This record gives sequence, structure tokens and C-alpha cells, in this order.
Amino acid sequence: MSEKRTVEVSLSTSGLDAEGRPQRTPLIVDEGGRVTTMEAPPLLEPELEGEHMLINLGPQHPATHGVLRLVLELDGETVVRCIPHVGYLHCGFEKIGEYRQYNQIIPWTDREDYLNSPGNNVAFALGAERLFGIEITERCTVLRVIAMELSRIMSHLVWLGTTCIDIGAFTPFLWSFQERERIYTLLEQWTGARLTTSLTRVGGMLADIPDGWMDGLRDFTRTFPKTIAEVDRMVTRNGIWVGRTIGIGALSGAEALNCGLSGPMLRASGVAYDVRRDFPYLDYETYDFEVPVGTTGDVYDRFLVRMEELRQSVRILEQAAARLPDGPVNVDDARVILPPKSKATSEMESMIHHFKQVMEGPRPPIGETYVAVESPKGEKGYYFVSDGTPKPVRWRIRPPSYVNLSAIPRMVEGHLLSDVIAINASIDIVMGEIDR
Amino acid sequence: MNPSVDRIRSRFPSAFLRAEVIWGETTVYVKPEAVHDIVRYLHDDESEQYDYLSDVTAVEYRDLELPLQVVWHLRSLPYRRFLRLKGEIQKGEPLRVPSVYSIYAGADWLERECYDMFGIEFVGHPDLRRILMWEQYAEGFPLRKDFPLRGRFSRSEQLRQALAAQPESRYSMTELTVADAFEDLPLDMRQRLAGGEKTGE
Repeated sequence: MSEKRTVEVSLSTSGLDAEGRPQRTPLIVDEGGRVTTMEAPPLLEPELEGEHMLINLGPQHPATHGVLRLVLELDGETVVRCIPHVGYLHCGFEKIGEYRQYNQIIPWTDREDYLNSPGNNVAFALGAERLFGIEITERCTVLRVIAMELSRIMSHLVWLGTTCIDIGAFTPFLWSFQERERIYTLLEQWTGARLTTSLTRVGGMLADIPDGWMDGLRDFTRTFPKTIAEVDRMVTRNGIWVGRTIGIGALSGAEALNCGLSGPMLRASGVAYDVRRDFPYLDYETYDFEVPVGTTGDVYDRFLVRMEELRQSVRILEQAAARLPDGPVNVDDARVILPPKSKATSEMESMIHHFKQVMEGPRPPIGETYVAVESPKGEKGYYFVSDGTPKPVRWRIRPPSYVNLSAIPRMVEGHLLSDVIAINASIDIVMGEIDR
Repeated sequence: MNPSVDRIRSRFPSAFLRAEVIWGETTVYVKPEAVHDIVRYLHDDESEQYDYLSDVTAVEYRDLELPLQVVWHLRSLPYRRFLRLKGEIQKGEPLRVPSVYSIYAGADWLERECYDMFGIEFVGHPDLRRILMWEQYAEGFPLRKDFPLRGRFSRSEQLRQALAAQPESRYSMTELTVADAFEDLPLDMRQRLAGGEKTGE
């Protein structure tokens, strides 16, 4: 015989009943003395077994890292099929670029891969400068290397923190975001903005670094490896982490290459393709750094590769800080560089020059170029086609995480639903870049 | 100039049109219908080994008399070479080029995006659907030069279409092949689908 009792439940229910009294939930005690708060769930209907289920993950789900939607067909808890849907954030960057002058496009590059804004600005400027046929100054080259490596660290730190949260580790998230905050402070001192830096201009930079900035950078490169070591000690040999990541979402090197993967995703599969080393730009061939590669291409290898890239970026930053030469930041080329403001307000010729630069914009020669850089996500390419007018005929972004994400069905099929979260996190996607 | 150019010229004399070098990058213009065979050769041959497809995209010039160009960016990682292949589609001809999906799986989404933005049909692609725009998007192909920056439809028409969208039509037909998912749909939607209407994305 069962006896019914009524108790106040304060923690699990929030509601009040119609009279304003706390809601009461009946507890059921059965013959065996077990207490349950609700009716036991009905047994699964036998005919449901063996059937496939459709699960809709996203587009508004914190673990999909943005507005990604995955439609998953499940057999029990195993993914049989995965259909990704993208495009929720599409705003037509490439179309808008056809209506803008080159320097006016730079703020748009902030907003596509928004974790890597300085890197995008530099990549865009490199492409535009090749189209214009401009050689940038030595100081500008080194400053751009610093910007690219800082943004690589920034992006990898966000990846590290959010992936740790997805897999169930909270503390590394706080540590990595603390370090990321220090980079944002440095960028804020340099550009005035934290996220949308618009750091470069065609032919130079937005500004030279402020006084004392290099001390802040040296301070960062001195202390940041300690944080990497802490995260490493906390996570790399952690039983839960290892169990959730080893053997998950593995792709062979040949398959990864065929799928067009790039960046840490490709290198984790054992293919040592790094644009910085294989197709160098910004004198990367003169820096001493390693290109880490994995062996199996699973989530754990991707984690190890990105951790090593953080250390290598610090090495590059140290070398760049040691070699930063004095001199001008902008090229001495009146086609693209504005005259100083003091001259533009006092001399007629400079004022006309300033006016024409701003209103009409610099004109590149007829031509086209594809410039690729190693962004934190992989090979980021900008393809410009010019017909000699101040606005590009075509400005194409080659988005690395778009191509990386296209391989997600191959990676998740056959794994458990919970592994989908780990695999999706390991791709390091930014929907702003995928949808553009 | 990239050494692959001469080999393409000698192997595909009828398809090879011209080659040029701009800012150190080699561009080879070929007949678009031969692109699959040329890329197959570039990918498989021991002395070429273009094993990485960087990008597939298209260019339409503001001068509408100029042909529309489909562009393939290929990389050979063993030889550290970069090659741009271009196929020109003359005005008035159907926008149709062969797909390289059977050679590079990475061409999947790149070709889908190119189709979505330019309306170029990649013959041989197994799943050529819109990707960034939604499936019932009716305004055309956004990156074409005759497409206005604000879209073809008025703001009110765009709003009307957004409001008229069926929120329950969340699954596309490919997803509905899952056993019995069709039976779970509301009755009116089943009737509409049985009548041949395409669902939304």
C-alpha cells in the first residue's frame, strides 16, 4: 500500500500557486520505500526501438559556437547522418565590398572572423598592396607580424576556453580569457578599439605603436607561457579530457587534404602545410619557428597542435620585438597615403590631394591577385579583381572555417551525440567568417 | 611562369587558350568544359601533384559584354606551386561548368556557394543546393552585377515573404527521407509536400 505525503520543495520548483502559497509537489512512496516526486515515466513503446530519430542542434545553441544548425539523424545515441546548415549570418560582405574603396573595406574585414580582426586587416592590406604594386616599409612588416601573431594567440585562447567549457572543464576558460584580456588591452592602446581594430591601411598602418607599447608586449610574452603551462598541466593528461577527445572525429591526412582542410585541422592529421612556411609573406621565412603536426587527426591532436602553436607564436613575437626597426610606418607613396592633416589644412595642394584620396579613393592598376595568409583557422585568402577603378570588381574571401566545417559530416558520423559537441568545438569555427 | 603551363598546353592543345602572369601569379585560361579533365591531370600526375584546392569562385565584370569567369585556385604542396585556372563563359551561353567534386571533396561547399551567389551550375556535383541563402530565396543570385545592392524586391515584399514563411517547414526534403519523419508532420504540411511543394530550409 502506498502512502501519499506532501512536502514543500524550495529548490527545484520556483512557482507559487494561485493563492500565493509555495507550490506543493506530491511525493509518492511505493512499497519498497522508494520516494519519487513524479509519476514514473511510461515505458518506451516497443515499436520505437530501432527507429532513427531526427535531432535539430542549433541554430541557437551555445555549443554550436554561433548560428550553426546541425540536423542529426540518430540511431540510439549514435549519429548516422549529419546535415549542416549555414547562412543565418549572411550579410553579403563580398557584395558590399564591390561598392567600397579599398580602405573602406578594411572595417568589414574586422567583422568576418571577429576573433582575428588584426590578422584579417593585415591579410587584406597585403592583398591590396600586391594589387597596387606597393612595397611596405620594414617597420610596418614587423608590426604586422606582431599583429598577426597576437591575433593568432587571441583566437586560439577563445578556442581553448570555449572548447574546455564544451567538454566540461571550466577553469581553463577563465585563465585563457584573462590572458586574452591583456591582448585586448594592448590592442586598445594601439588602435583605440578592442574587437574591431581596423589596424591597417593600404600601404601602412592605422598608426604607429604608442610609447611604451613594446614593454607591454614583452611583459606579455614573458608571462604568457606560464598560463600555457598551467592549462597544459590541468588539461593535457586529465582523464576526462583524454577520454572525451582521443579517437574522436579523426581524419586521415589524405582525407583532410582532399577535403580542403587547412590550419590546425590539417596539421593535426599529419600534413605539415602552413602558409607561413610554404608560401611565405611578411618575411616569415626569416623567423625561427616550428610547424607542429599531429599523427591521428582526432580532437586531442587538434588540441595539442593549437597548444604548440600558442608557444610558437610567443617565440615569433619575441623575435619580432627584438628586431623591430625604427623608421616610417607608411610607405612614401602619394597614390595611397594621405598627406599629414596639418598640411592638408594649410597647403592648397595637400588639401586637394587629401580630398581626392578620400572622395575618389586610390586607383589600382587593372589586374587580379590572390593573397593567402595563415589565419588561426587555416588558409585565409583574399582574391581581388580590379578593373582600374577605385572599387574592386570582385573581392572574394576564402574562408578557412567554411571549408573546415564542410567536412563535419565525415567527422561526426558514427560517433555519439555528445562527441558532436567536442568535434564541432575542435573545428574552431567562427560563423561570421562562414556566412560573411 | 609556372612550369605546369607548358605541360597543360601540350597535353590539352584544344582546351588551352592562353596563359598570363600578374604579380607573380600564373593564370591559365582554358575552355570551361575541359576543366574536369585538366584538374584531374593536375591532381593525379606525378610531376604536378596539385593536391590542394584553395578556392572555387567566379568573377563577373562591370562591363557586361565581358564573359563571366569561373576561377579555380590550386596549390601543389609538394612542389610549392600555385596555379589559377580560369574558364570563361561567354554572354548568352548557359552558366554550366564541370564540377571537380569527384577530385576534391573540398569543392563541395565552395561550388555550392558559387552556385548560390552566381547561379553557375556545376555539372556532376551531387548536392547542388543553395547554401548561404535559403532554399526558397526568389530574388536571384546576389553577386551577379545585375543584382542591386539592396536586393531585387522592395523592403515590404521582403518583409512579407519573411512573415509568410512556414515556421513548421524546418526540414528539407533530403532530411525527410528519414523513416517515418514524414508521418510526424502536420497534416496540412504533408498534403502540401505530397503536392510537390518544396519545403524551406
